[in-house]
Amino acid sequence: MSQENLIPLLPVWDQPDTSRIPFWAYTSKDIHKQELEKLFYKGHWCYVGLEAEIPETGDFKRTVVGERSVIMVRDAQGGINVVENVCGHRGMQFCREKHGTVKSFVCPYHQWNYDLEGNLQGVPFRRGVKQDGAVKGGMPKDFNPKEHGLTQLQVARRGGVVFASFDADVEPFEDFIGPEMLAYFDRMFNGRKLKVLGYNNQRIPGNWKLMMENIKDPYHPGLLHTWFVTFGLWRADNRSELKMDRHHRHAAMISTKGEGGKNAQTTNISSFKESMQLNDPRFLDVEMEPWWNGPTAVMMTLFPSVILQQQVNSVSTRHIQPNGHGSFDFVWTHFGYEDDTPEMTERRLCQANLFGPAGFVSADDGEVIEFSQQGFEQKPFHRTLAELGGRDIEDTDHMVSETLIRGMYKYWRKVMGV
Amino acid sequence: MNMEIYLQLTEFNQEYAAAVDAADWDRWLEMFTDDCTYRVQSRENFDRNLPMAALSLSSKGMLKDRIYGITETIFHDPYRQNHVISAPRITSISTGLIEAQANYAVFRTKNDGIAEVFNVGRYLDRIRQTPDGLRIESRTCVFDNDMILNSLIYPI
Repeated sequence: MSQENLIPLLPVWDQPDTSRIPFWAYTSKDIHKQELEKLFYKGHWCYVGLEAEIPETGDFKRTVVGERSVIMVRDAQGGINVVENVCGHRGMQFCREKHGTVKSFVCPYHQWNYDLEGNLQGVPFRRGVKQDGAVKGGMPKDFNPKEHGLTQLQVARRGGVVFASFDADVEPFEDFIGPEMLAYFDRMFNGRKLKVLGYNNQRIPGNWKLMMENIKDPYHPGLLHTWFVTFGLWRADNRSELKMDRHHRHAAMISTKGEGGKNAQTTNISSFKESMQLNDPRFLDVEMEPWWNGPTAVMMTLFPSVILQQQVNSVSTRHIQPNGHGSFDFVWTHFGYEDDTPEMTERRLCQANLFGPAGFVSADDGEVIEFSQQGFEQKPFHRTLAELGGRDIEDTDHMVSETLIRGMYKYWRKVMGV
Repeated sequence: MNMEIYLQLTEFNQEYAAAVDAADWDRWLEMFTDDCTYRVQSRENFDRNLPMAALSLSSKGMLKDRIYGITETIFHDPYRQNHVISAPRITSISTGLIEAQANYAVFRTKNDGIAEVFNVGRYLDRIRQTPDGLRIESRTCVFDNDMILNSLIYPI
């Protein structure tokens, strides 16, 4: 390969289809900026949090949409507003607490004051000061506070989950999710109040799309996550399905743990140990819940911002928060339901040891994403391969396919125009 | 202050640091009682009284399972730890039980890297006095970092 080809200047999709993905999709700063614009700020609903995080009037949570700091807040009418954390005056990111309760938002710099919907209420010295009988200074007569409120995002709430969009023309949330995925969404968020158990935050030095792909890739769990296999939670012949919305952007990996015998073909890894038993079986003290309606694990990717996890009794949202092309923060919110018994809460917490930055089966995901990014950075003219299960994009009734990744990139190419 | 207990606890914490820095997991395990709890929890969860923790092990069996995970199943970049543990601050002593805290800093060094600050926080301890010496009945590592730097494999 000649020297001028080594660093591609123009992002040209020089592959026949999306079964091969150019490394520049993960390494280009320009592509990343366009992604923020086209995927996070326009045309998409992004996850911001759970209603249960802000139960009372004035409760707020600071979070992000893409790389823009926003605040999700409960107003006096019980509504939920999402406003951008940038003061209308001098542009300061005024909200520094991650959560709290306020009567209004005040930017400390010049005490500009906003109500819980983000409307500008008060501007000190707007009408100047009186000195020697004359009014001096102040805002111009045509200053209109209505024009200087905080940027207000569109808000969608469903089943206790809150999404927001900077795009006033974004399609309705239910259309965005699509009927295929909505059924799985409603399965997990079926109207019961949620109970927040807490957070896990990790900074992963890799492109944010790699995390979407990780949860669209059923090839790796039985191979990378040796723990899964060792203790019988994962088998390649588990009854399973891969499903997408009609745009192929969102997906669900649905599987039901079977009880069949173990054999080399279904495990297919050398470190598998037939005789391993947990010293403390509580890690896998699974109790079937009625709302599952069968599947023991449903992993959903709602493009571009969130992963919804049900792995047996452990349920969480995983929020993807990019910071630059080569890094993202991954924020896990573990929760339970209002009617959980104390034993079920304990069970969810205990099984949470499998997940998160220290998890038996999740710590390795962050690691492989970091090293994938390293591979991309050294060889930006190359491409990844996602040909398992063929080169087409279709729902499947098995796990031996990378169809969801191919689907995501088909959609990605369309929106990005590459 | 009970100087003897203070010195014992100081030495115990230094032994703990030596065990985890040496990745001597058998030695680490033996520093706990059978019905121990060991948790690594963010300050965010701790301060807000949320029960979630990055690691929450509530028996010696779970500690053994964790050791199996870190030595046999979890894939990760190899790294070494270096613990600096402050002098303990004993908050109460009752029959056979010491409650104490200590600040810690853990530096992580990867094969191709230089040492970096990996995790900084505070041990909140309940230490049992046994005929075999001090044993940890409960240790919660409350860490200040908002973000764990990718993954946390070894105990801290």
